[in-house]
Amino acid sequence: MSNISEAMKAAVGTVTGRTVSYPVSESDIRKWALAVYYPGQPPAEFIDAAAAAKTIHGGIVAPEDFNPFAWITAGHEKFIKNAGKLENNNPDNPEIALGIDGPGLKFQMNGGMVCEYGVRIKPGDVITSESSVGEYSEREGRLGLMLFSRGISTWTNQNGELVKRTTGTLIRY
Amino acid sequence: MNVNVGDVVPSFVRQTEFANWNRYAAVNDEFVPIHMDDEAGAAAGNGGAFGMGNLQWAYLHNMLRDWMGPNGTILTMEVQFRSINHKNQIVSAKGVVTAVDGDVVTLDVWTEQQEGTKLAPGTATVRIPA
Repeated sequence: MSNISEAMKAAVGTVTGRTVSYPVSESDIRKWALAVYYPGQPPAEFIDAAAAAKTIHGGIVAPEDFNPFAWITAGHEKFIKNAGKLENNNPDNPEIALGIDGPGLKFQMNGGMVCEYGVRIKPGDVITSESSVGEYSEREGRLGLMLFSRGISTWTNQNGELVKRTTGTLIRY
Repeated sequence: MNVNVGDVVPSFVRQTEFANWNRYAAVNDEFVPIHMDDEAGAAAGNGGAFGMGNLQWAYLHNMLRDWMGPNGTILTMEVQFRSINHKNQIVSAKGVVTAVDGDVVTLDVWTEQQEGTKLAPGTATVRIPA
């Protein structure tokens, strides 16, 4: 028995959204670095252009964990069909959003995330994030047959270079 | 920088409370009641407000960065969020080298609270220039 339907298999690879950032500023990067190092001081390469110029990056770059989409974005397109039908904490939400039947499992939890980094974000960069449906898999666990579904977020810069690819895993059982 | 299997990365340590979480919320626009308000956190079954998983993620990056210096590169990171980061916990981001292949180093990484309970365990690969 499997909780992965043919419709779910067919949905893998579907692009569900695309978001474009405003140009990243040095100030955005400084504030981010100050927040994540608080109450300590962040490394000089995030706040001091002269110190940053001496690194392999040749200037200020953003911390890898920087989010250029916070607060406001330059544009956002949703390609999913049923965003309005989502219910808080409904484990079937990933499939409801796609307009297909979900597996009807009762419980869900965050299975973590994996991130592959490419080029660094620099001041002036415009970042595009594209979200897509990742692979489904399942295996027997201590809680029974567990379904693993993945969402992929791929960030590129204005030159089309990969900034990072993040895969988040949702576990349902 | 000479790196060997078994090397322990210096910890990145923070006492976590609203002062940290509010600043992170401010840059990440993460004003979620469970992270801002004890009543909301308690209503969600967590005893009070608790920290963002994204900030644990950031602390792990900080730990690697502080160790490698500005010319090191984080190639990948994989983390599972296992336990809640409660208010006033002392959180340490830690790492230990598990493999070295040329200039690419693989590590087990994790955050833990002051009693040693792991909050967010995972792995990372980094490139460290010779």
